[in-house]
Amino acid sequence: MKKLSARRRHPLAALVVLLFALAATGGLYTALAPADEAKADQGSSSSLAIDEGKKLYTVGCASCHGTGGKGTSDGPSLTGVGAAAVDFQVGTGRMPAQQPGAQVPKKQAKYTQAETDQLAAYIASLGPGPSVPNKEQYDPNGADLANGGELFRTNCAQCHNFTGEGGALSKGKFAPDLGDVSKKHAYEAMQTGPQNMPSFPDTVLTQKDKGDVIAYLKTVNSDEAETPGGYKLGGFGPVSEGLFGWVFGLGSLVAVAIWVAARTAKAKKS
Amino acid sequence: MSSETGSHGTGSDEIVPENEKLPGEHGHQGHSVAVLDEDPFADPGLPPHEHRVQDIDERAARRSERTVALLFTVSMLATVAFIASYVAFPIDKIVYVWPLGHVSALNLSLGLSLGMALFCIGAAAVHWARTLMSDVEIADERHPIEAEPEVKQKVLADFRQGAEESQLGRRKLVRHTMLGALTLLPLSGLVLLRDLGPLPGTKMRHTAWKKGKLLINENTNEPLKPEDIVVGSLAFAKPEGLEREDHDFATEIAKAALMLVRIEPDDIKDKRSLDWSHEGILAYSKICTHVGCPVSLYEQQTHHVLCPCHQSTFDLSDGARVLFGPAGHPLPQLKISVNKDGYLEAQGDFAEPVGPAFWERG
Repeated sequence: MKKLSARRRHPLAALVVLLFALAATGGLYTALAPADEAKADQGSSSSLAIDEGKKLYTVGCASCHGTGGKGTSDGPSLTGVGAAAVDFQVGTGRMPAQQPGAQVPKKQAKYTQAETDQLAAYIASLGPGPSVPNKEQYDPNGADLANGGELFRTNCAQCHNFTGEGGALSKGKFAPDLGDVSKKHAYEAMQTGPQNMPSFPDTVLTQKDKGDVIAYLKTVNSDEAETPGGYKLGGFGPVSEGLFGWVFGLGSLVAVAIWVAARTAKAKKS
Repeated sequence: MSSETGSHGTGSDEIVPENEKLPGEHGHQGHSVAVLDEDPFADPGLPPHEHRVQDIDERAARRSERTVALLFTVSMLATVAFIASYVAFPIDKIVYVWPLGHVSALNLSLGLSLGMALFCIGAAAVHWARTLMSDVEIADERHPIEAEPEVKQKVLADFRQGAEESQLGRRKLVRHTMLGALTLLPLSGLVLLRDLGPLPGTKMRHTAWKKGKLLINENTNEPLKPEDIVVGSLAFAKPEGLEREDHDFATEIAKAALMLVRIEPDDIKDKRSLDWSHEGILAYSKICTHVGCPVSLYEQQTHHVLCPCHQSTFDLSDGARVLFGPAGHPLPQLKISVNKDGYLEAQGDFAEPVGPAFWERG
């Protein structure tokens, strides 16, 4: 103790105290945070799910979206957005949002799938809206890739790029890369139009068409996507390809020319 | 006197007459002559030639020869590999190569082998030139390129004689008709410019939209109803009767392309825009008014539409007013309503020409 007291004026003492304080706060948060409380009763009936969802909602969502999902100045009303919107927003980690801003980015999901389903059940009970799609909808057998490509280029490519690489929008907003979006979430995004993305309801883009679009997307932009032309340099087209050609192609030619000319062939090195 | 001369340096030496030079000045005079002797612009000539290892040591020269030969041999093998891979790999064979990903085996092997073949020829040529070919510097004097006076006179005399013999000065009829023929000939080239295309006429002012034409969903090829389009959604429409198979489809859709959004009527700020909508369903031209790119990067919360080419931004809730970017005027809006069968229909053509401005647009 005396040793510790002797070093209390050490230049790094404040830093050590700060680290301890941060560790203590984080540890207390992890121990006492309510997120894991609602894990019980996963096999409950739908009304039970709604009740559990309401509890989760009150703790995690109501501060922005208001009691009963009526919305506040910090978050929109959730009446009628449907279970699909909740499954997308919470399942991709976008909600709960960390901070307000131009766009809420995706992150590690904060709720388990069971909790997400309970939240979705509660929000769906507030008003009719699109439900979570089933596997036959978002991953159909025998999808028409050519049709999917045609539809993607007509409806999606303007923002997400022709192979779904994403792109910039106005004032800090952006259309995300679709390479690692699960098929279910891609379907839900088209159906519900999260954040600034417009929605494509079944009346505009049919259920089968959505399946085709997803199949096309997974063919051109995923870990298994084939790029016969070689490394695609981000898939952004002539900008990255031209930049690579000018900087690395021409640059290596210049470097080789300098290297050749800088080495003398003479026996007596000057 | 002597000190004055000395202070003026070499320049004053020329003024002093030869016979007035005093013995005391001699040392100074001699010094300035010595400076003049060193011509600062003298031709330094070529530096002494330095030998290369290969010039001195025959074994080193043979090593260089073998290196060059090896590079040429590698190039030959690479060309054989190019032909072999063209024969061996089917065009749709995909292989995984780190870090390129799943790439075509044919493209990759053709590129690598051809690159190797070309690079080895170049590297061999450079190595050959640097180590084996003679590197002795050679001077070659320049010569004046002007012709001798006699040759010049002969040429001019020949020209004058030719002009005389052609009788161009005497036969005026020949001269005038020749000038006429040569003046008219370029007109034939000018006439061919007509083939650059027929004049557009009023085509740029009209699209395929007419009163009563249904709005056909581009995705489903079915006519759209108001209830198909919900708030926040985006749909694209083409005029009834225009099919993908039509030979003029591309020409017509390039002008008629339509984007449909639905905004709560209370949020629509522009009065005319609201009147031309149907219960908040707004139909705008999809063609940017700057240089005609398809503009449909729609942000459903801000109601902004962004053009991907030059970032022109339009506010669809305010008559497609230009918020940002080089676009000169708002996107034209199509007046729509619902027919007796409940389908959306156009109330006429666009009120103004779609797309970029042109000279006579007004």
